[in-house]
Amino acid sequence: MSAPGTLAFSGRLLRRQLVLALRRPVDIGNPLLFFAMVVVLFPLGLGPVPAALASFAPGILWIIALLANLLTADNLFRGDFEDGSLEQLLLSPQPLYISVLAYVLAQWLVTGLLLALVSPLFAVMLGLAGAAIPVLIASLLLGTAVLSLVGGIGAALTVGLNRGGMLIALLILPFYMPVLIFGSAAVQAVVSGMPAAPHLAILGAMLCLALALAPLAIGAALRISVDA
Amino acid sequence: MWSFFHKLGSPPWLYRISGSILRWLLPLTLIALCAGAVWGLFYTAPDFRQGNSYRIIYIHVPAAVVALAGYYVMAIAGAVSLIWKMKMADVAMKACAPVGAALTFIALVTGAIWGKPTWGTWWVWDARITSMLILLFLYLGVIALYEAFDNKEAAGKACAVLTLVGTVNIPIIYKSVDWWYSLHQPASIKFTGESSIDPSMLYPLLLMIGSFYALFTCALLMNMRLEILRRESRTGWVRKLVGA
Repeated sequence: MSAPGTLAFSGRLLRRQLVLALRRPVDIGNPLLFFAMVVVLFPLGLGPVPAALASFAPGILWIIALLANLLTADNLFRGDFEDGSLEQLLLSPQPLYISVLAYVLAQWLVTGLLLALVSPLFAVMLGLAGAAIPVLIASLLLGTAVLSLVGGIGAALTVGLNRGGMLIALLILPFYMPVLIFGSAAVQAVVSGMPAAPHLAILGAMLCLALALAPLAIGAALRISVDA
Repeated sequence: MWSFFHKLGSPPWLYRISGSILRWLLPLTLIALCAGAVWGLFYTAPDFRQGNSYRIIYIHVPAAVVALAGYYVMAIAGAVSLIWKMKMADVAMKACAPVGAALTFIALVTGAIWGKPTWGTWWVWDARITSMLILLFLYLGVIALYEAFDNKEAAGKACAVLTLVGTVNIPIIYKSVDWWYSLHQPASIKFTGESSIDPSMLYPLLLMIGSFYALFTCALLMNMRLEILRRESRTGWVRKLVGA
């Protein structure tokens, strides 16, 4: 049997990850449920004044999306690390860069993409201006992809550790901050009547940089974690 | 040149050479620190607007400058240990983190103390202050990751990857925090530009910055020596050193 080509291999990897995720629909639903629950916390904590909530809405929605992403990051490689398939992947002749990308893409499809798609519902609940909603979706689509890639680095570094959960947050939250700044600034810009395109462009630039570099760091970190 | 490079990889050699460097560097650093502090605190004119409170600049600015440089020292050491698998670079990287974190913390605390009389508040969400706080988090993240591994060799490698990711990210974090600030509010508070400082205040400041660099080097070397002893505690030369 000949080895599959790189693209075919990563396609299979992507499919496998998606099938695994779809077999456990609750795991897909959890980040969304988390999103919904934390949205409820803000009116309870800040008071239900619509004007105040609307002015905080871009930041609130972005922070929750970021935290939801953070909570799923830890699971990216854990299952495959524990059953040994990650080791097989590292031994395979396929380029690790592409395989890692398939992992991250699968994770983004079931978290970031879904979060972006359901975000309008919560935006309306918090009273965000209607004109800002398309920009919110666009900023979340770009931003959560960066978050997934950066989160992958944290996941790869801590996959071999039993107490990964808290540690991964400490490691990658500083790297999430630029994304949060530009993501919420894009939405804020539309609300205050300014163009959002510059912020979205910077998010896009961050995504390009993360796409180019993060898989390298994830690959290196996976090798270290598996060797340990 | 190359033999020097190879010798750097030898723990006993590094332990010996760092000991002889420290023997003159440490007293020199202490003298320079005292001289700079006395010069800055007693022999410079009080500031026109801030009076004597500005004198904390002689601690605050050097600590901040060296804290930033320290991250790059840590990242370079991390890169060397990843690329050339050099054990001593790994030791240097590990030794950098607490020193850098302490300096960042000093910069933040002195900044807060300076902010109270001049700005009337302990803390503002200014771009530079916020990015220093993020730098502190980056240092603490490296320490936390190192401590989380039981296998210290893997810990070193993982931290090296993390510091390298950090170096790519630090300019992005700084730039984004700068823009975040300028987007949200007009620049109501400005740090005095370095160029606008009077020479009579600048020279002691430069002396203090130099002394802090030397202090960083001393702390780094002492930390490295401790780490070398800890790692090599089973080897003959350490037993001889301690037993004699």
